[in-house]
Parts: sequence; structure tokens; C-alpha cells
Amino acid sequence: MSASDLRALVMPKWGLTMTEAVVVKWLVDEGADVELGAELVDVETEKILSAVESPASGALRWRAAEGSTIPVGGLLGVIADADVPDDAIVGFAATFEAEFTPETEAVAGDEPSPQRVEVDGRSLRYLKLGEGGEPVVLVHGFGGDLNNWLFNHEALSAQRAVYALDLPGHGESSTNVGDGTVATLAQAVADFMDALDLPPAHLVGHSLGGAIAAELAGTAPDRVRSLSLIASVGLGGELLAGFLDGFVTARRRRQIKPVLEALFADPALVTRRLVNDVLQYKRLDGVEDALGAIARNLVTDGQQTVSIRECLATYPGPTLVIWGAADQIVPASHAAGLPEGTHVEVIEAVGHMPMMEASLRVNQVLGAHVQELPIP
Amino acid sequence: MARTLTLLQAINEALDQEMERDSSVILMGEDIVGGSGAEGEMDAWGGPLGVTKGLYAKYGDRLLDTPITESAFIGAAVGAAASGLRPVAELMFSDFVGVCFDQIYNQAAKFRYMFGGRAETPVVVRTMYGAGLRAAAQHSQSPYSIFTHVPGLKCVMPVTPYDAKGLLIQAIRDNDPVIFFEHKGLYETEGEVPEQSYSIPFGEANVVREGDDVSIISLGLMVHRSLAAAETLAGEGIQCEVVDLRTTSPLDEDTVLESAENTGRMVVVDEAPPRCSVATDISALVAQHAFDALEAPITLVTAPHTPVPFAGVLEDQYMPDAARIAAAVRRVAGYAQ
Repeated sequence: MSASDLRALVMPKWGLTMTEAVVVKWLVDEGADVELGAELVDVETEKILSAVESPASGALRWRAAEGSTIPVGGLLGVIADADVPDDAIVGFAATFEAEFTPETEAVAGDEPSPQRVEVDGRSLRYLKLGEGGEPVVLVHGFGGDLNNWLFNHEALSAQRAVYALDLPGHGESSTNVGDGTVATLAQAVADFMDALDLPPAHLVGHSLGGAIAAELAGTAPDRVRSLSLIASVGLGGELLAGFLDGFVTARRRRQIKPVLEALFADPALVTRRLVNDVLQYKRLDGVEDALGAIARNLVTDGQQTVSIRECLATYPGPTLVIWGAADQIVPASHAAGLPEGTHVEVIEAVGHMPMMEASLRVNQVLGAHVQELPIP
Repeated sequence: MARTLTLLQAINEALDQEMERDSSVILMGEDIVGGSGAEGEMDAWGGPLGVTKGLYAKYGDRLLDTPITESAFIGAAVGAAASGLRPVAELMFSDFVGVCFDQIYNQAAKFRYMFGGRAETPVVVRTMYGAGLRAAAQHSQSPYSIFTHVPGLKCVMPVTPYDAKGLLIQAIRDNDPVIFFEHKGLYETEGEVPEQSYSIPFGEANVVREGDDVSIISLGLMVHRSLAAAETLAGEGIQCEVVDLRTTSPLDEDTVLESAENTGRMVVVDEAPPRCSVATDISALVAQHAFDALEAPITLVTAPHTPVPFAGVLEDQYMPDAARIAAAVRRVAGYAQ
């Protein structure tokens, strides 16, 4: 970084409805050296508490005050070399503030919003961001929805269309999950791709979504341009005892909160709003039955009954596996013994939701995985 | 998919979806079909405020317009519930409970217990309550503490359209008698409501605002006024945690006590008069189980112990407002032992 190279640390936009967030706590001192990707500051939206990572290496020369509310795109900090004069830093911050226009409500209204498609008698909700290129399809995990990708969706969509869908029985899609097997859910994703007339896509699956993506890669490899599995089920026996049952049967805040906390290395990430969002979804008629049917097909006597290893062995395309080293739900040791050529990325101090807890790193790895492939 | 509805529309949708789902759900009450006796649905008003509008056209004689005889039709609803139907009876004003209290308090509430747990009484009594509409002493009361006091009854008072739909569906599916209180001043409140059916379990209070300085425990219309006060106080550097009880029986004691332990300072806001009230009950609960956490006396903001006055200027004074709530919070926040 040269002396003239000052980088603004700005408030990220996590999800379509985010307009601002509060600076909760700085994790590094003013003046400290920071590395690209280091967590610098915890900010809290009305939905979630998360860390903002450094966009560059250098010294953190200026910081917004803790407790202040910063709009999306607004200045959180300034990264520059230690020898850049203080005047230049102050001037940079002042110029940034003077030229910055927060996103207005009207602009927010023009943004893409989730759409629906009818597939095999089900209504599936999905959100498409970006245009062109080889599409990416994001498949969430058990009990999740398309909002699980709020830290990733936009970042991945710079050069291509990225679709995130709500699986049957999840989010705002129909609650009919059929027999609740991975094969049925994989067929629903294939039907979804057909309905939108998608060319072969880069499938990114988290947890249950990983098994679904792998199933599709095994049964219809020509539909799958590449495979990315994040903390996937189907690669080993263990799955945190009581997690699925706890998630399925919890009806109250005090019941669901410890279940959700097990998903993250840092339980403070589970805000009251996140808990309420999950409860609102779980209260819908039919959801408990749908989740129960899926859970019964995943685990028997505390052991996973689904294996995707055969699918991975036969799938000829490139495969990426991402895991959080501190995953309490499905241990990272399941990433061992994968077919030769599989790119495995294990991220330290991160739990079962690496795409949320280490979004910058996951976005880099995923972005490179879908980017570096030769054009077919 | 969620969209914006008023609380009145949310109640109508809950009734509609449950009647559609379960043919044993029936509605009865004064003017719930409505009209002057003319033929046809065009004359169906759907109750004095239109809460049940449109249901007669879909469900016909599953809506029963009753004579102005609460003792008879509340009794009939209780009997119908005991013999297999799921009636939702509308007691137009909760102030009228006096003439049918035996049917609720000494019959419906007792059946499960007097018949060895083998009798169920899945009746819902929907009823309007609350002051502020210049309706005088006999149409403005908030008598929920009377029902809360009776074992065997469940008492629900929704604040948002989302809660109104989910709690009413839960009430209809519940196998015990439920008194469902609808504040007249909340019918036009708007909020997001999913199109699908859903139910909210009873005994789950809602923390509608988080804060570490003072807890405001509240219910019904008072939740909105407590939130308004909390907004003002935030500008003064006092962060309030506002709890909406949602149901007073069952009562979510854990959330109330958790909040008391978090802040150590508590204001209870209740539109009803103060003697033997929900406010005093919450206060006793916290004094008994979270005494060590308290850093200031529990303070109650309630109506005075008088009937609701008819004169507008007096009625406005009678009801707790945001200014009175904020003043109480400032006293509690500034209290030093």
C-alpha cells in the first residue's frame, strides 16, 4: 500500500432490507496494523450482529464512534499506511462524508425482491441477484431460507446471476416436502432450475443443502457446473445429538435459542430478532411436519443415514468443501477422505455457519472456485 | 407471504381460515351477521365494527345471530363446546360479562376439573375492552384481571395484527375456554401478517424493545404507549426494555423475571384500575422472585380506582399515557438507595 493509498472501511449491506447498523464494538485499536480480511468491528443490524472485515492490509487510522448509527455505504473507518499524515486521514474522512449520499427509501424500493415460481405443484420463493455468466444456485440448510446467504449473495453476483431459493418446507415456499428425502428435495431443485431454464449451474449447498447439491451432481452431473459444499451433511456419521429434534419441536424462545446458538462459534450472534424470525417461520401450519419428515430421513439413532460420498466419487466436475473448524453440528473431521482434487478449506474459530461467521473468506473462496474454471 | 393488514382484518382472516379448516368452528353473537332482517348477504354487516364481515357469505348458518341475551348465548356456546363444537362467541363489550359470568366462571372454567379431566370446553369468547372512545363507564372497562383470576380460563390480549391472528388461531384450536380481549383502540393498527395460518403458543411474552436500564411490563393498548415513552426516553439516554405480556393466563413469568433481573428497575403499565389487577400481580411476582435484583421500588402506572369517566377531558386523564409512563420511568431510573 502506497502513501497515497487510503481505503475506506464502509458499512456493508447484508440483505435487502438493511439500511443502517450500529457500531457495537471495535475489535482493534486505532492505529493498529490490520490484515486483509481481519475482523475489525462488530456492528448490529435489527436482524444480526456480525463483524465487518478489513478490505485491505494497513493501519486502522480512523474509526467511527462506538454506539453511532452508520448508514449502508457510510464510513466506518479508514485504512492507510502508518506514515500517511494525520491531516490526510482527516481530509479523506471529511471528503468521504461530504460526498456520501445515503441510500434513500425510494432507491431501496427499486431493488430486486424475491419472486416465486410454480414447480411440480409447489410454489418456491427465490431471489435472483446479478445477470449473465454461468449461474450460481445457493441451497440453504435444514430450517434455513434464502436469507442465510445475506452476507454472500450480493458479493457473488458481481459477474453472474446468483439464485437463492427457499427449499420446500422452508422460508416462504410451500410446506409440501413429499417423502422428505434428499432425493425429493434434489428433484425440487432440478425442477426449479428447469422452470427458470437455467444452464448448468455452480451449486453451492450448506449442510442439508450440501447433500441436496451433491445428490444432484451425482444423478445429473450435466446440470452441475461445479459443486461447493459448506459444512455438508452426508460425509460422516455424527450430527449433534438432539439438534434436529430440538429445532423441529421448539415452539418457544427459550427452547429455540440454545439450539440456534449451537450453530455459531460465537453464540452472541443469535439476536432476539433472529430468534423471532425462526419462531415466526416455525409457527406456520405444516412447517413442523415438513421439518420432521426431513429430519427422519437424515438421522436414525443419532447417526446420519445419508451418504453423498458415492455421488462425489462419480461427479466429474470441480468440488470445493468449506468447513468451520469449530462446527458443533457436523464436525469438520468429515472433510477427510474426499476424492482427489477436492479443494478443502477449513476456517478456524468458525461454527456451522461459515458463510455468515466468516463471510469475507467464504466469498473469496467461493468466488475463486466459480471464477477460475475454464470456460467450457 | 406477508402483507399489511389491520388488526381487525387479521382477526377476520383468523376466523375465516379456521372455519375453512375445521367445520366444527361456529360463530355466535349479537349482530355478527347483522342487518335488519332483510334477505341476503348484502345486508350482513358482520358485527357492529365489521369484524366478522364476509364470513356469512362463505359459511352461512355456521354464523348464528343471537338475541341480546348474553346469559343464553354464552351458555349455549359453552354447552356446544362441551358437546363437540368449537364455538367462537362474541361478547360485544366485555363490560357485559356480569349477566353471563356464571356460564364462564362457574361452568366453562370448571368442566375439565370437575369431570376428572375427561371433559373439554374449547370455547372462545371474543370481547371488546378498553377506554378512549368516549363510550362511558359501561362500555370502556378493561376487566381482564377478573378473568385472569379464575383458574381454568385462558386470557389473551393481542397488540399487533400478527399476534392477533396467531393468538386467535391458537385460541380456537385450544381445548380450554379462552377469553380473547380486543382493544377498541387497536382495531385499525396496521402490521405485517403472513397469508398462511399459524399459531402463537400462550404464555410466551414478547420483548418488543430491548434495553438495559428500565423494564416496562405492559399489555394491550398500553404497549404502544410504553413504546412511545421508550422512544422519548432513549433520546434522554434511558434505554427501556418493553415487554408485551400477550397473555395474562398463562403468564410468562420467566420473561418478566428475566427482564427484572436484567434491568433491576421496573415500571408496570396497565389501563385497568389498580386494586387486585394485572399490574399488582406482576409487581408481587417480581417482589417475590427477583427482589435481590431490584435497585428501585417497582412502580405502577395505572388508571385511578374509579369508573371510566364520560367527559373526554377526564377520560384522557384517566388512561395512562406516554408522558405519565415516561415520568415514572425517569423516577425509577434516577432512584438511588
